[in-house]
Amino acid sequence: MAKRDRLSGNEAVAIALRQINPDVFPAFPITPSTEIPQYFASFVANGEVDTEFIPVESEHSSMSAAIGASAAGARALTATSSCGLAYMWEELYIAASNRLPLALALVNRALSGPININCDHSDSMGARDSGWIQIYAENNQEAYDNMVQAFRISEHKDVKLPIMVCQDGFITSHAVENIELLEDEDVRNFVGEYEPENYLLNPECPMAVGPYSVTDYYMEAKRNQAEGMKHVEQVVLDVAKEFAEISGRSYGLFEAYRLEDAQRAVVMIGSAAGTTKDAIDRLREKGEKVGLLKIRLYRPFPAEAIAQALKNVKAVAIMDRAEGYSNHGGPLGSDVMAALFRARSTALATNIVYGLGGRDVRVEDMEQVFSDLQKMIDQEDAGETYRYMGLRE
Amino acid sequence: MSNHTEIRWHGRGGQGAKTAALLLADVAFQTGKYVQGFPEYGPERMGAPITAYNRISDTVIRSHSNIYDPQYVVVVDESLLEAVDVTSGLKEDGAILVNTERTKEEIIPHLKGYQGDVYIIDAKKISMAALGKYFPNTPLLAAIVKVAQIMDKETFLREMRASFQHKFANKPEVIDGNMKALEMAFEEVH
Amino acid sequence: MATDISKLGLKAKWQDLTEGMSIAGAGTSADFMTGEWSSTKPVFIEENCKQCLLCVPVCPDSCIPVHDKKRAAFDYDHCKGCGICVKACPFEAITMEGVK
Repeated sequence: MAKRDRLSGNEAVAIALRQINPDVFPAFPITPSTEIPQYFASFVANGEVDTEFIPVESEHSSMSAAIGASAAGARALTATSSCGLAYMWEELYIAASNRLPLALALVNRALSGPININCDHSDSMGARDSGWIQIYAENNQEAYDNMVQAFRISEHKDVKLPIMVCQDGFITSHAVENIELLEDEDVRNFVGEYEPENYLLNPECPMAVGPYSVTDYYMEAKRNQAEGMKHVEQVVLDVAKEFAEISGRSYGLFEAYRLEDAQRAVVMIGSAAGTTKDAIDRLREKGEKVGLLKIRLYRPFPAEAIAQALKNVKAVAIMDRAEGYSNHGGPLGSDVMAALFRARSTALATNIVYGLGGRDVRVEDMEQVFSDLQKMIDQEDAGETYRYMGLRE
Repeated sequence: MSNHTEIRWHGRGGQGAKTAALLLADVAFQTGKYVQGFPEYGPERMGAPITAYNRISDTVIRSHSNIYDPQYVVVVDESLLEAVDVTSGLKEDGAILVNTERTKEEIIPHLKGYQGDVYIIDAKKISMAALGKYFPNTPLLAAIVKVAQIMDKETFLREMRASFQHKFANKPEVIDGNMKALEMAFEEVH
Repeated sequence: MATDISKLGLKAKWQDLTEGMSIAGAGTSADFMTGEWSSTKPVFIEENCKQCLLCVPVCPDSCIPVHDKKRAAFDYDHCKGCGICVKACPFEAITMEGVK
C-alpha cells in the first residue's frame, strides 16, 4: 500500500534511506544537501535505523569513510553538493576503480565561483568521467524512487560500481510536493541484504583492496573497470522493472515525453523537464509536434538508445545546465551530438546552456526554444553550435 | 484556471514566510490537492528579503519555475512595499494581502496602482493577543486561506488542529493559542 | 577464493584481472619476486656474525629468516637490496656494494 504524502526532495531521500537502513553513513554538511544527513541523524537518534552515522571533518573524509566501509563489507553512502563533491574528487576515482558499491545522494549546486548556493549541474558534470553511475531526477518522487533503486544497481554482481543519485538543489531538494511513499517493508524486501562476495572483514578470506598498479597493468585494469559500466544499462532496466511491480511507477534509461511523432525535441536533465512538459502540452494543443527526451541515466551514457529515440526529429536542442568551456557547449551537448553522429542522424542540433547558478526556467522560455527550433528547420541551418538561454545581453 | 492557484509570499529572512508557504502546502494537501511550496533564497541572512511560492491544483503540478503572475500575493513585512515590487505580475482579478497596523486606505497608495482587491490584517496584534509573542505566519496563513478560498473555515481549523497536535506534541500548551490566532485572523482579515 | 597471482604477468589480459584489482587470500606478497628489483645484494659473512639478530627486524621485506634462534641465509627472491641490514650490523657481518 502506497502512502500519499507531501515532502521536500531532501526529506524524501532521507526517508528512502531510513527504509533502506544502510550500515554506515558518514556525512559532512553543505547546502543544499545538509538536510539529508540532518533528517537521517534524527532517525538514528530515535532508534529507527541501525546505521553507524559518522559525523566527519570534511567531504574528503566522508567519502573516504564510505569507501572504507564498503571495502569492509558494509552498505554505505554519503551525501553532498557542489564544493563538497569537488573535495571528494580523489576518492570518487578510488571508489570506482576499486569496484566498491556505494551511494552518494548528490543535491546539485553550482561550483564556485562566483560563489553561489543554487542549482546547476556543474558539480556532477565535472564528476561524469570518474567511473560513477549517475542517475538524475526531475522531482521529489523520482529522487525517492531512484534512491530506493540505487543499491540494487550499484551492488549487482555484474556492476559493482558506486552510484550518484542526483536531484536539483533547492528546486526539488527544498520544494514540498506531493509524493507516494512505499511501505517500509516493501522497500526493505526490494533492496534486500547486501552480501558481498568478499570483503576486508571476512576472516575466511583475507584480502587486499586498492593495490599499486604499474604501467604494465594499469591499462588492463581500466579496461576491466569499464566492463562493469557496460552492464549498467541492462541492470538499470531490470531493477526498474522489478521496482514497477512494487510501486506502479515505471522507469527507463530516459523518459520520452510526446516524442513518438515529434519533429522538434529538447534533451535535458532534471527539474526543468517538468516545466518543459507544460510547454510541450501548450504547443501540442496548437498542433505543434514537439517532444522531450529527459535523461535519467547519464553515466553510462545510453547513446544508441537516445539516438534511436531521436531518429525522426528534424531539429533538437540539447540543454546543458553546465558550461563546458570547450567553446562548443556543455557535456550533454557533446554526448548527444556524438551519439547522433554515430547514428548518421541528419537532425539539426544545437546546444543550449541554461539555468546556471539557479537561473529560473519558465514555460515561456521553453516555448521559445521550440520556436527557435522551428526557425532552424525553416532556414535549414542549426546556427551556432551553442548558445545561452535566459542571459542578459 | 479556477482549479489552479498560484501564491507568492514576500517576507524577510527569519519571519517565517517560507514556513508559512510550507504550512499552506500542508493544509491544502490534506484536502486532496496537488501542492507545491518552495522558497527562493537570496542572501542567506536574517532580514534579507525572501520570496516563497505556492501552487495548489486539482491536477499534477510539473512546472518548477518561480511564479511571475500570481493570483495572490502575501506581504509578511510591510516595509517590503517600498523595497520590492510586490505587485509585479499580480493578476488584477486576484488580491494582495498585507500584514500591517495601518488602514487599507493608507496601504493602497503604496501598491503602484494595483487595481485588484486589497486585504489587510494586523498579524502582530492578533499574535500578541493570542500567543503573547510575534509570530506573523500563523495569522497570515489563516488570512490567505480565507482570501484565496482554499478551504472553508471548519475544515481549515480541523486540519490545523490535527497538524498542531502532531507538531507540538511535546508542548500542547501552545496549541490553543495558535488555534485562537487562526480563528481571530479568519475573522479580522478584511 | 584466493587470487592465483602466479597467473598474473606481462601476458595477463584485462579479462584475467580481478575486479578492482583486489587480491584475495593472505600472504600473497610472497609470490611476488621483488628480489628482481635490485642490482646489488647484501652479502652475509657468517664468521663475523654473533647472532645478535639486530638485522632481522629492520628488514622491510622480511628477507632474513630465523631458524633455531639463528639467522639463516638471505632470501634473495624478495630482498630489494636496500642495505638497511648493513647499517644495522655492529660486527661487519653484512656487506653490500656502495653501503657502509
